[in-house]
Amino acid sequence: MSTATSTHADEGFNLKEWIFTTDHKRIGVMYLIGSIAAFAVAGMMALMMRLEQAQLGAQFIETGTDYNEWLYFHGAAMILAFLIPGLTGFAANYFLPLMIGAPDVAFPRINAFSIWLFYFAIILALISIVIPDTPDIMWTGYPPYAVTTAGNTSFYVFTVHLLGFSSILGAVNFLVTVIYMRAPGMGWNQLNVFVWTTLAAFVLQLVFIPVLAAAVTLLLFDKYLGTHFFNPAAGGDVLLYQNLFWFYSHPAVYVIFLPAVGIMFEVIATMAKNPVFNYKVCIYGGIGGIVAIGGEVWIHHLYVTGMPDWIRIGMMISTLLISVPVGLVVMSLWGTLWRAAITYNVAMMYCVAMLYLIMVGGLTGIPLAMTSLTVHLSETSFIHAHFHFIMGLFSTYAVFAAVYYWFPKMTGRMADTGMAKIGFYLNFAGINLTFWPLFIIGPQGMPRRYWNYEMFPQFEGYHEVATVGAFLTAAGVAIMIYGWIKCAISGEKAPANPWNSRSLEWTHAPNPPGPGNFTESVTVSAGWSPYDYHK
Amino acid sequence: MKLKQIMSVLNGAAASLLLATPAFAAAGDTPDTRADWNELWHEVLIDITVIGVIFIVAAIYMLIRFKAKSPDEVGTAKSLTTANAIGWALIPAAIFMADDLYLAAKGWTVWEHQRTVPEDAMEIKVTGYQWYWEFEYEDGTTTDELKVPIGIPVVLRMTSDDVIHSFGLPYYRLTEDVMPGRVTYIWFNPIEAVETLVTCREFCGNSHSEMYTAVEAVSPEEFEKWLAEQAEG
Repeated sequence: MSTATSTHADEGFNLKEWIFTTDHKRIGVMYLIGSIAAFAVAGMMALMMRLEQAQLGAQFIETGTDYNEWLYFHGAAMILAFLIPGLTGFAANYFLPLMIGAPDVAFPRINAFSIWLFYFAIILALISIVIPDTPDIMWTGYPPYAVTTAGNTSFYVFTVHLLGFSSILGAVNFLVTVIYMRAPGMGWNQLNVFVWTTLAAFVLQLVFIPVLAAAVTLLLFDKYLGTHFFNPAAGGDVLLYQNLFWFYSHPAVYVIFLPAVGIMFEVIATMAKNPVFNYKVCIYGGIGGIVAIGGEVWIHHLYVTGMPDWIRIGMMISTLLISVPVGLVVMSLWGTLWRAAITYNVAMMYCVAMLYLIMVGGLTGIPLAMTSLTVHLSETSFIHAHFHFIMGLFSTYAVFAAVYYWFPKMTGRMADTGMAKIGFYLNFAGINLTFWPLFIIGPQGMPRRYWNYEMFPQFEGYHEVATVGAFLTAAGVAIMIYGWIKCAISGEKAPANPWNSRSLEWTHAPNPPGPGNFTESVTVSAGWSPYDYHK
Repeated sequence: MKLKQIMSVLNGAAASLLLATPAFAAAGDTPDTRADWNELWHEVLIDITVIGVIFIVAAIYMLIRFKAKSPDEVGTAKSLTTANAIGWALIPAAIFMADDLYLAAKGWTVWEHQRTVPEDAMEIKVTGYQWYWEFEYEDGTTTDELKVPIGIPVVLRMTSDDVIHSFGLPYYRLTEDVMPGRVTYIWFNPIEAVETLVTCREFCGNSHSEMYTAVEAVSPEEFEKWLAEQAEG
């Protein structure tokens, strides 16, 4: 199905070839570059916010709106332009076709269109920082504020449209690819866990993105065309938006979480030289269960909006029950380490940190699932720390682990250097220093999204520590990104299969793979498994 | 055991039941939802800490214990039989589900207290504005801070004049959004004198983080005096 349009010239870098490429690997690399760029800008915003909060009183903002604009950009860009494209754009594009033995995705030109839309969206988002009426509506864009603000909500809406369209096309492309383009002989129970989690994420995208697109479009109409969908004075309802928004945006958490877990399984199974523990239960019970329940819990984002009690209690139960499929996934992660033969590389170090992040982030979700506790924890820094652990940090570490783990595959060179380890330790120390203080002061009343906390002067020390942590993390990230660039150019040459993996992208494809990926077509036997270390 | 002894035990049990019932009813009239929240929080913290410590200790143990001795070594985990695989699914799932339902039941009880307004509650209307709070007492007096008398439960009927705000009362462990076109409520039981505050908990624009004011529980006499002063001013 792949076409002859993917040609790799050996005579060095050619920008035109990259822009017009239909090769899934180049598209994957372009997703990585774009999403890391978004991550860097959104990360700067985080540093500015942490500096502003470091001590009581205004540090360097002129008005609260400055802070709100950074906050908006940080959230919107990290989720929509870094995590989702980093995981379902970069990682899925580059590695999924290789893992299933396919020469490319099913529709390479549509794939190329997806990356164009993604870049248009990133450019639009970046322009929104420099226009005079920068959006300040938070990534959630709740009306009536998003309608009445002087900020330019349309930039937000159009960015969401472009990214949503890009993701829907990607979803169709990857579902068809996995269904029809697996190597001959490859059964469903022989797929890499990452292939399953990507599939699950794209099913969620396909089902739920249209609802988000509808919600933000109605917002656009209310603000610029004078409609009243969310205007109670004219018969509209402010909660309609929140219901539509979270109907997508809670499953979006799993769109991010699931591929991150998939990457974790690839790295851990390979480095532990063990098959994935209880594979079928993990896939059909764990991942399948998350997809099945993930769409029925969104009211937990509306626990304090005065929704009817029966639905708040109902979704408290469904939210708590998410711990069952997630628990099965966790059992498989832990079980894979049992009687293992573990070797450590930098990717594995990030994955070990993820074992801790999934625990802290997941378990702090339990009090938040309970309506009776959330009526106090809602919109405090406890929630801020919780979702940074489980979504922000966990999934960001997955992107980093993926880059280190598959760096030899993408570049033919190694990125595992002493500096990379120092970067990891700085980063890990930093995130703990940043977010544990927020866990502590949240239940004492520290609201999130506050630059000013003069009403709680006792929290100043905690904020100082959190700010120091943010800069340690930033130092770790800077060392890491510098190391990637340096190693891509002049790193040590990598062996063909540096981690002794049994997965197809390592055993059958060269480093880096050329057009069409495999030198000869791949078939697998009935007994083959990507985690088959014991034979 | 002699019949006499059994009778005395039964008598004691019946008497304590009879005595306990009115005592329970008196305390149950106005629950202290702050104490309820603290107790539930404490239990849930223990619950999640135990689970977290078990898993993290297990992970650290395995990560050290099962380090490869040579780069060529492979894991030696046995593949699961079907019965084992099902067991490893059903037993953890049952444990997680049991814990979930236990927590849900606990949470529900507290929720009942939090959402059931006592009949004798004093009603105060709250309106959120960008970026301040306004309180209207039963006699029509409006104020910019909230003062309540000790000993009477207070119910706040809340709405917004502009965008969405959220009424966050950290001391009383309560938050509820304040929205245009809707009226929401929270109630709390001021049982002791305390000076605390309300902060806005839903992003509402430029001065969101300056939208806070004093909340004070004072003696009924002091409250009456203050309210009269406010009505004059």
